[in-house]
Amino acid sequence: MDTLGFILDAEQGERGWRLAEYVQRGGYAALKKIISEKIPPENIVAELKQSALRGRGGAGFPTGLKWSFMPRQFSGAKYVVCNSDEGEPGTFKDRDILRWNPHMVIEGMIIAGYAMGCQRGYNYIHGEIWEIYKRFEEALEEARAAKLLGERILDSDFSFDLYAHHGYGAYICGEETALLESIEGKKGQPRYKPPFPASVGLYGKPTTINNTETFASVPYIINEGGDKFLQLGKPNNGGTKLFSVSGHVNRPGNFEVPMGTPFKDLLAMAGGMRGGRKLKAVIPGGSSAPVLPADVIMECTLDYDSIAKAGSMLGSGAVIVMDETTCMVKALERLSYFYFEESCGQCTPCREGTGWLYRVVHRIEHGAGRPEDLDLLNSVTDNIMGRTICALGDAASMPVKSFIKHFGAEFEYHIQNGKCLVPEDAQRAGSGFFKVA
Amino acid sequence: MLEIEIDGRKTEVADGSTVMDAACKLGIFIPHFCYHKKLSIAANCRMCLVEVEKAPKPLPACATPVTNGMKVFTHSKTAVKAQKGVMEFLLINHPLDCPICDQGGECQLQDLSVGYGQGASRYQEEKRVVTNKNLGPLIATDMTRCIHCTRCVRFTQEIAGWMELGQAFRGEHAEIMPFIEKTVDSELSGNIIDLCPVGALTSKPFRFAARTWELSRRKSISPHDGLGANMIVQVKYDRVFRVLPLENEDINECWLSDKDRFSYEALNAQGDDGRLTKPMLKQCGEWREVDWQTALEFIGTDLKRVAREHGAAAIGALASPHSTLEELYLLQKLVRGIGSGNVDSRLRQTDFSLDGKQVTPWLGLPVAEIPALDRVLVVGSFLRKDHPLLAQRLRQAAKKTTRVSLLHVADDDSLIRLDAKSIVAPSALTAELAGVVKAAAEAKGVAVDAALAGIQPSAAARAMGESLASGEKTAIFLGNFAQQHAQAATLHALAQKLADITGARFGYLGEAANSVGAGVAKATPDAAGLNAARMLAEPRKAYFVLHAEPELDCANPAQALAALRGADLVVAMTPFRTRAVDYAHVILPVAPFTETSGTFINTEGRVQSFNAVVKPLGETRPAWKVLRVLGNLLELPGFDHDSSEAVRAEALGGKPASVAEQLNNRADGVAINLTATTPALQRIADVPIYFADPLARRAASLRQTRDALPPAARMNAATLAKLGLAPGAQVKVSLGGTATLPVELDAGVPDGCVRVAAGHELTSGLGPMQGELTVERA
Amino acid sequence: MLSQDALQKIDREIAKYPADQKQSAVMAALAIAQMEQGWLSTGVMEEVARYLGMAPAAVYEVASFYNMYDLAPVGKYKITVCTNLPCALSGGVHAADYLKQKLGIGFNETTADGRFTLKEGECMGACGDAPVLLVNNVRMCSFMQPEKIDALLGECA
Repeated sequence: MDTLGFILDAEQGERGWRLAEYVQRGGYAALKKIISEKIPPENIVAELKQSALRGRGGAGFPTGLKWSFMPRQFSGAKYVVCNSDEGEPGTFKDRDILRWNPHMVIEGMIIAGYAMGCQRGYNYIHGEIWEIYKRFEEALEEARAAKLLGERILDSDFSFDLYAHHGYGAYICGEETALLESIEGKKGQPRYKPPFPASVGLYGKPTTINNTETFASVPYIINEGGDKFLQLGKPNNGGTKLFSVSGHVNRPGNFEVPMGTPFKDLLAMAGGMRGGRKLKAVIPGGSSAPVLPADVIMECTLDYDSIAKAGSMLGSGAVIVMDETTCMVKALERLSYFYFEESCGQCTPCREGTGWLYRVVHRIEHGAGRPEDLDLLNSVTDNIMGRTICALGDAASMPVKSFIKHFGAEFEYHIQNGKCLVPEDAQRAGSGFFKVA
Repeated sequence: MLEIEIDGRKTEVADGSTVMDAACKLGIFIPHFCYHKKLSIAANCRMCLVEVEKAPKPLPACATPVTNGMKVFTHSKTAVKAQKGVMEFLLINHPLDCPICDQGGECQLQDLSVGYGQGASRYQEEKRVVTNKNLGPLIATDMTRCIHCTRCVRFTQEIAGWMELGQAFRGEHAEIMPFIEKTVDSELSGNIIDLCPVGALTSKPFRFAARTWELSRRKSISPHDGLGANMIVQVKYDRVFRVLPLENEDINECWLSDKDRFSYEALNAQGDDGRLTKPMLKQCGEWREVDWQTALEFIGTDLKRVAREHGAAAIGALASPHSTLEELYLLQKLVRGIGSGNVDSRLRQTDFSLDGKQVTPWLGLPVAEIPALDRVLVVGSFLRKDHPLLAQRLRQAAKKTTRVSLLHVADDDSLIRLDAKSIVAPSALTAELAGVVKAAAEAKGVAVDAALAGIQPSAAARAMGESLASGEKTAIFLGNFAQQHAQAATLHALAQKLADITGARFGYLGEAANSVGAGVAKATPDAAGLNAARMLAEPRKAYFVLHAEPELDCANPAQALAALRGADLVVAMTPFRTRAVDYAHVILPVAPFTETSGTFINTEGRVQSFNAVVKPLGETRPAWKVLRVLGNLLELPGFDHDSSEAVRAEALGGKPASVAEQLNNRADGVAINLTATTPALQRIADVPIYFADPLARRAASLRQTRDALPPAARMNAATLAKLGLAPGAQVKVSLGGTATLPVELDAGVPDGCVRVAAGHELTSGLGPMQGELTVERA
Repeated sequence: MLSQDALQKIDREIAKYPADQKQSAVMAALAIAQMEQGWLSTGVMEEVARYLGMAPAAVYEVASFYNMYDLAPVGKYKITVCTNLPCALSGGVHAADYLKQKLGIGFNETTADGRFTLKEGECMGACGDAPVLLVNNVRMCSFMQPEKIDALLGECA
């Protein structure tokens, strides 16, 4: 197996997604090994802990530890849920994983079911990637037909079934408890925690939720051992990681690289800056992560610890690259609009605060900024952060805070001059949207 | 137990308690909006954020479980900063127009903004505007004021049992609303007005009528169903403006049914069926207003004449079970003083064969013990509409460990999670209950009576019997329909047998506010007297009618009307203009419950006395005083009470703390008669919630609700097909009289049955509430 | 009224969940209903509520929360353009402007012939393919430079 592409090919070429092709690449070997060798569930959890695999959805919580929270002796229904509701601006890795390697996710989820004693699983797939949802359903049928899913898997005593549930346009369902609410047929409003899903999850039963990429990493760890996975990355940051690179680069896409790869290398893999323009800023972990100026990010390596030290978050590994044609006020306005639109409306600071933030940034962008606005924005974010039921409040606040912190001068220029520092035609040139003459 | 310290004060709370619970225990107020002790925890308003030692950020007190040794600071710098921050967010889109808001003066947002708000708003952007929703005749909306605490949504879902409101859309666009074009139709809907912490949901009938601080608050007791909900009646200028719940955890908790809450409108009703303010006397075929002296002297003289000419037994008294203990007691004393034994308040009852067996029916256990039951069987009850808050208790209990079963004649949704259910025709009710008895006996391995030998329990009866038999703390309740049933005594005997077999408590869901009190007051005939049905079937020469409208409140309205029309003397004592003008000779304006002191004994036997909250309207007088004066006029002994308390003391035989000893559901030696004839087409009569008593009938806003829609002839599809009818057709329904009604499809009506409501003007031409009826195209 | 085919599809979705959790199928049921009927009318939502034993208000909460449901009629082709930041950096906003100009409508408007409705979408999880747009909720179109937009519109008869 290719170490730099066990989930996706490094070259991102279309890879056969069907069961036969997956099996040909060594797929389902991990499951077969577990079943035939009757590996005790606790050994699987131990292997995961050893691998230092951390949740790929954004929070980076150690997966083995999470799995060990599931009450082993609980006799009723328990669930394993995959979070493929990828809608954080900048993140588009799960779509490719499910597109090119759905069975790897299925295998990972079956192993999770085995390790945690769950009878049933659901994969919650972002509503906008309908074709991927349909493909995943086909893959499930293939697995069922091959006795890899359902009653008495591979003629063992282990039974596990897995279903796909689609979203229909709500970013908040990427929050794990909102996702559970959504599977239960409700609007996706996050639950207050505690209790955590491991004790009260789907239908009130113990539930473990992991990201698509996390599950996809599991077969490798079982096949090759936790140590080998760990060594792919760096201590406390095991494995390879998919980075979704978007924005002002020549070759946007997903790149699977070892944890700890220098940012510079990733930028080079993405073909460098579009039109050779100068790097201005990077959001390294999806739209919720604080923005970093070019000089800071260029010194970072891509792992949870290094990015955190630089003042941002690795998050889901969504790297949004912005060059010198970017108006930072307009960029923030668009992000603020996103959080305003996607706030679920449940708790006060987020419901009321996201609209306030957006309206003030919108005013600044449209030439009606006031001198006190930047202090006001900072104060409003202070009143949102840490006061909400879920992390969306923080997610909406961090871009505002970090954009003002690093690019405050550009905001002040807007307020004073009522217009943008970067000319409109330069911004358009940066976007690369042209009709071929 | 867990130890916790809040603001330096220590206490211990049970495992699973929240910081809010602990603060409540310590009497420490933590500001909040979405939290409500009776609703699930939402933690959405964030107003109750407090500082918790070692927590990196403030936590909501309502949702944070106490851990041992936890230290909480509700007024620290961190806590207050968080609370003020939330208050600012709540106010940015809230209209700051308290002077024109109906909630002003009783608004939690207004109150808390004094402590946590700022003098001026930093929010300079456009404010949100939300269109108002039509929630029906009872609840007014100002949705722009809504702060999305979702208390109302959770109430409809959790307490009322059906989610009639939701939070539609999301984020700042979120709106609390019913489904498109729907109204909120729950019989408990008014509680969302109390729950709403701002002026988004207010009382439509009370809207803009008065400021809360101008109103006096007076305690009272609901005069409607048998629960005896505790209420606050708010008055100004001797007029009732509003009714609110008075919290009593043992009875109504913090809720009121809409009937309890909004029926006060009838107290101020004017017009043809509105309040009567002067005594009226019919002379030479003409109604004349007279003074009390004239009216009472006329009655005294004429009563004496009737007694002289026809004997005292020619006099009868029919009283509403919504009358007070004192009124009922003096009425029966008067009638018996004259020498007649004809007095009754069981106006809708038809089977009196338990009379003489010392039965004074009651619930059989305290209301507050219902949640502790593990099995409950309800027989013959339109539960939600007959007993809105008792049904609510059962609904909550059924969500926990109580398994509730229902045996009834109409499949109305009880909104209670039922363990087992059987819906049968009225004529099959006894046999089905016998099946339950037999199944329970078999489950318990007990022999059954010979009378049940031939019974084959249905699958549903078996499920109910087995459910009851498997419980430890069980109860069987007979509802209004069972009490009105033609074989009520057999139902009683079967239920009692079932209770004996399963060790269950057994009792009655009291139909009216004073059904139990009527028994205690002895407003029932003894061996020498006639019961309500016989008084009408064997017409008397003279009738007293107290608080009742016999043409609506009796089991056989047509017969009642005929008997009254044929009488020499009918004395109607009522607060309202009624159809008594058609048949009475004297009409006396007596006080409704708000204008007299009195006592109701609720279905659990709780004696609840109350005072007048306003002065009697016009020349209205409390009925107990009128009856006392009549006793004096008739020179009867023992009519010298100088207060209602004196009447109560006499009625209760001293001043007992409880009347428990006078209550009894047990009747032995009652024949079980399972021979039922099944008519080709039989009537099922419910008494719609807002037509159950004279007060409710006159409440203008309640009459505009869906529950007050005019009655129809409701049948299932099979019955419709058999009769060749289609929904919407006008039919003439005949049963001891006739009524012309539209046909309505109702899948919940059993085969061969037609549901035609009683208690309503449009069906008052009909005879018995049950029996064979015919339907033909009108 | 939903067709037998739609009800069968809904039944397949119901079967994915525990027997007492029919409500879990509401999102799929509404999507199936919308695909058949074009949008979610009051009647359709009531039918879904009845079919799943839900309060209509609960169905409406769902239908109005997720933004791919259409609570009002839309054109034969509903085109949703992502204008979020990563897409905008690669022409998402310009693609939307181009569509507005070609179709002569703004966001949330439908062309007079009833063929096209234009919507502004939020992140579709395909930022690497920007500009990205979604046709009728089910077909994702990637790298939508002007020529490809022209071709797409030509295809939509």
